[in-house]
Amino acid sequence: MNNFEHTHHAHCESGVVSSMLRHHGVNLSEPMVFGLANALNFAYIPFVKIGGMPLIAYRSMPKSIIKNIQKNLKIEMKLERFSSKEKGEKRLDELLEEGKIVGAQSSVYWLEYFPKEIRFHFNAHNLLIYDRDGDEYSISDPVFDKSVTCSRASLTKARFAKGVMAPKGLLYYPVSVPNEIDLKPVVTKNIKKIAKTMLGTPVPIAGLRGMRYLAKSILKLESKEKKYAKLFLGHIVRMQEEIGTGGAGFRFMYASFLQEASELFENDPILAEASKLMLAVGDEWREFALMIAKSIKSKNPIDYRAISDKLMHISENEAKVYKKMLEFKAAV
Amino acid sequence: MDINSVPQDNSETYANMKKAIYARDKDGKMQTVGSTGWEVEEIATKAALEDIEKSIENAYEEVKAGRRSPLYYHMYDARMDLLVLAQSTGFFQWTIKRHFKPEIFKKLSEKRLLAYCDVLGKRLDEIKTIPKDRDE
Repeated sequence: MNNFEHTHHAHCESGVVSSMLRHHGVNLSEPMVFGLANALNFAYIPFVKIGGMPLIAYRSMPKSIIKNIQKNLKIEMKLERFSSKEKGEKRLDELLEEGKIVGAQSSVYWLEYFPKEIRFHFNAHNLLIYDRDGDEYSISDPVFDKSVTCSRASLTKARFAKGVMAPKGLLYYPVSVPNEIDLKPVVTKNIKKIAKTMLGTPVPIAGLRGMRYLAKSILKLESKEKKYAKLFLGHIVRMQEEIGTGGAGFRFMYASFLQEASELFENDPILAEASKLMLAVGDEWREFALMIAKSIKSKNPIDYRAISDKLMHISENEAKVYKKMLEFKAAV
Repeated sequence: MDINSVPQDNSETYANMKKAIYARDKDGKMQTVGSTGWEVEEIATKAALEDIEKSIENAYEEVKAGRRSPLYYHMYDARMDLLVLAQSTGFFQWTIKRHFKPEIFKKLSEKRLLAYCDVLGKRLDEIKTIPKDRDE
């Protein structure tokens, strides 16, 4: 046994990384991990479909948190993928035998402990495996409030699900963790970086431009079949709010990161203000979702203009947060 | 969002789970709070589930009437569509579409069927037919 303790997190990948680092003596909150990994983003990619609907993401690409945390904090992680289920199972058992806690990428659909209601084909879920008893694994799934168990059959199926972003049995764990991390320069650098990325994305499908693009696409729904329009709008909300994906949730988490960052710099007022602004933006994202939910349920014609305007408005207010973040100067 | 405005709507779609949300306490400090659900999210998830359920029902009728092969039903029953099934099996969409035809499906090799079984989580005997009742 390895005395691992489960913690409930808002998001799978940042949650796994935070739990993993804490277990190895690096105390970084989930928002800190999320912030330091530059995980906040927005993307609307109409030509990539999920369940017949365009890809809408409120964060960076899957696995980018693992990648960026390694790079930004000089933590060395080992990532292993497998050519067969048998090899993947065997390696997992070996690592647990050594007392390791192991991160894994999986599909959501094949995990038996997920409620049927939210089991969809999403291959980039992350969880932590910390123990095994026969064919039963003890799992710390960050988006669950308690730790769970999962059978070998279900876990293997989920780790080796095929299709887009196929996990290929991916396992990961830290092999070397620095004793001390000087957070200040990393925080400063990444606050600037994300602000610039969001404000000045060169492609129209990501960052604030992505939001405006989605807002324009909402207007175009007017000429589409109402059934499709409703599914499209519902899809936006699901990508924003459904467990593990939470778009507004990411804005709240980033607000929490900015608050921690402000404390790190002796209560820096600019970062504290940016945190408040981001919190307000998170609330607006939720108002946007509420507006959509009402229009899906209502028998009245949908006011696409109002929904689109709301999103435009959010993109303007998010821009203000990033501009505020760029005002920040770390005292030397 | 303030801690006391974190929705606690006991959503069916959460199935007694809680979701962690970062919110602000009365001193302005951010922390996580467990939410039992939010009606807004529940509406969106249920709308998607209803759409899936309709596709499954429709597929079941199509297969029962002999217009499509059992594969067509099992695809929807596994919450997939043609694109996801093609991505999962590596088969072309037009190949899979051919396999939706009952007469072609009947002649498929065991190797092909096992590839479908693998991604759909079915046994060989299960994939060749559809359940007698929809509520298995």
